Amino acid sequence: MAILRTEELTYQYSAGTPFEKTAVDHVDLEIEEGAFVGVIGSTGSGKSTLMQHFNGLLRPTSGAVYLDGMDIWADKTKIRDVRFQVGLVFQYPEYQLFEETVYRDIAYGPKNMGLTESEIKERVLETAELVGLPEELLEQSPFALSGGQKRRVAIAGVMALRPRILILDEPTAGLDPMGREDILGEIRAYHKKTGGTVLLVSHSMEDVAKCAEKILVMDHGKKFCYEDTAAVFRRAQELETLGLSVPQVTRICMELRRRGLPLGDDIYTVQQAARQLAALYQGRKGGASIC
Amino acid sequence: MLKDITIGQYFPGNSLLHRLDARFKIVMTLLYIVMLFMGALYSLVFGVVYCVMALILSRLPVKLFWKSLRPLLPILLFTAVLDLLFITDGTVYFQLGFFKLTEDGVLTALQMVLRIIFLIIGSSLLTYTTSPIQLTDAIERLLSPLKKLKFPVHSFAMMMTIALRFIPTLMEETDKIIAAQKARGASFDTGKLKDKAKALVPVLIPLFVSAFRRAEELATAMECRCYRGDVGRTKMKQMHAAARDWAALGVTLVFLIGSAAASLLL
Repeated sequence: MAILRTEELTYQYSAGTPFEKTAVDHVDLEIEEGAFVGVIGSTGSGKSTLMQHFNGLLRPTSGAVYLDGMDIWADKTKIRDVRFQVGLVFQYPEYQLFEETVYRDIAYGPKNMGLTESEIKERVLETAELVGLPEELLEQSPFALSGGQKRRVAIAGVMALRPRILILDEPTAGLDPMGREDILGEIRAYHKKTGGTVLLVSHSMEDVAKCAEKILVMDHGKKFCYEDTAAVFRRAQELETLGLSVPQVTRICMELRRRGLPLGDDIYTVQQAARQLAALYQGRKGGASIC
Repeated sequence: MLKDITIGQYFPGNSLLHRLDARFKIVMTLLYIVMLFMGALYSLVFGVVYCVMALILSRLPVKLFWKSLRPLLPILLFTAVLDLLFITDGTVYFQLGFFKLTEDGVLTALQMVLRIIFLIIGSSLLTYTTSPIQLTDAIERLLSPLKKLKFPVHSFAMMMTIALRFIPTLMEETDKIIAAQKARGASFDTGKLKDKAKALVPVLIPLFVSAFRRAEELATAMECRCYRGDVGRTKMKQMHAAARDWAALGVTLVFLIGSAAASLLL
């Protein structure tokens, strides 16, 4: 069964004033439990606004969000419980750090859940390890850390809620290539270890291609498509009209195919390309000429 | 939620009021306040007529002014009730126990409420029709005689510009931080007053940190562009007093004299 479902979800900013703007427009969506979903769309396509509906930070102008088949706004007083089940990591989350030590900052969420000290400690240590924060950092001030480390602390702060759905809004924005790789690797490790549902919002097609099983494409507040990663990147031309692109390696392979190399049209990671090209090369050495 | 604050905001437009020189507008606002607080109810009429005239000339929606008045309603009500209760001179209209409703009480209450309402409308009219940059520029020019007394007029104006410039930025930032902490289970509207105050810590600390970071970045950016105060600095937009500015000032003075005469003679 779908863990998260939206029905005709619509959200308007400043509804009823001259500045009215529809940010999310009649979105129907079903996200399966345990899936790793990439969310892409150009700037202003409504990705971030949509994500803030999933944990009840924004209330739909019309339509509904169902978590486990229950309308999250059915009981307004229960909305905090929804936020513990659907963890949302904002863009540049390091700007929300406030505690004196890294430990206490990660513990903020679990403490709000009303857990006991020992449960909190267990969760903090577990998530710190998951995002690769060495234990000796836990007693330092979060403000003394490097940018990448701060980002990890902030992500750990949400992971420590042990949400059933983890949403990350541009978690790699503004990091160097090494930092990006590391954080993406940690998110993948988290997904593998917990089996939870992960939604990754990103501008980088490479990032999404590496991680996601399915991709949601947003365009002007509407759901453009929600399909398997390979199926989405096969629609390269359509994506380009939306101001998006496909991963570089997909573009190279498309061009090679156009020039006559028999490559598959479902290549979106460097590994896949390498595998297929190596197979072709082997075959060619065997005597059969391709081009 | 924080977006609803309109005091001090600027609404671009091209009305006569928008085009008037900001220096004149500041002086006229000051004269207008004098008009309001000069004396009897009759002289207040001049201020009210003057303000309504300006309001029409500004071509701004009346709703806007209602928005800036609404938060002040309790204060208005409080003033009116105080005046009605404690001023007991003059003809008695109505008496209940020791409470007397008198002519003077009603008049004073009316005057005070009108004064506050029109004070707010008049001063918001100034900020609604004048961009923050024009406003601080004008203040700098008006205060420039103080330079002779070694008062740092330029730095003062620059600080005001920067402060005004960062109000919307910091508000947006506050909204973002509140959302982020809510996502971690913070609740801001439940619990006792002490809990509510405590709940603000996770918002205020990141806000201060980012304000300091922004200040440092801005200072660096200013230094990179060789900012060194007003020494040898010229303005892209020079302020020129036009005929319409003098005419507007003339009209204001006529109203001021009228209001003064009314309070002296009637």
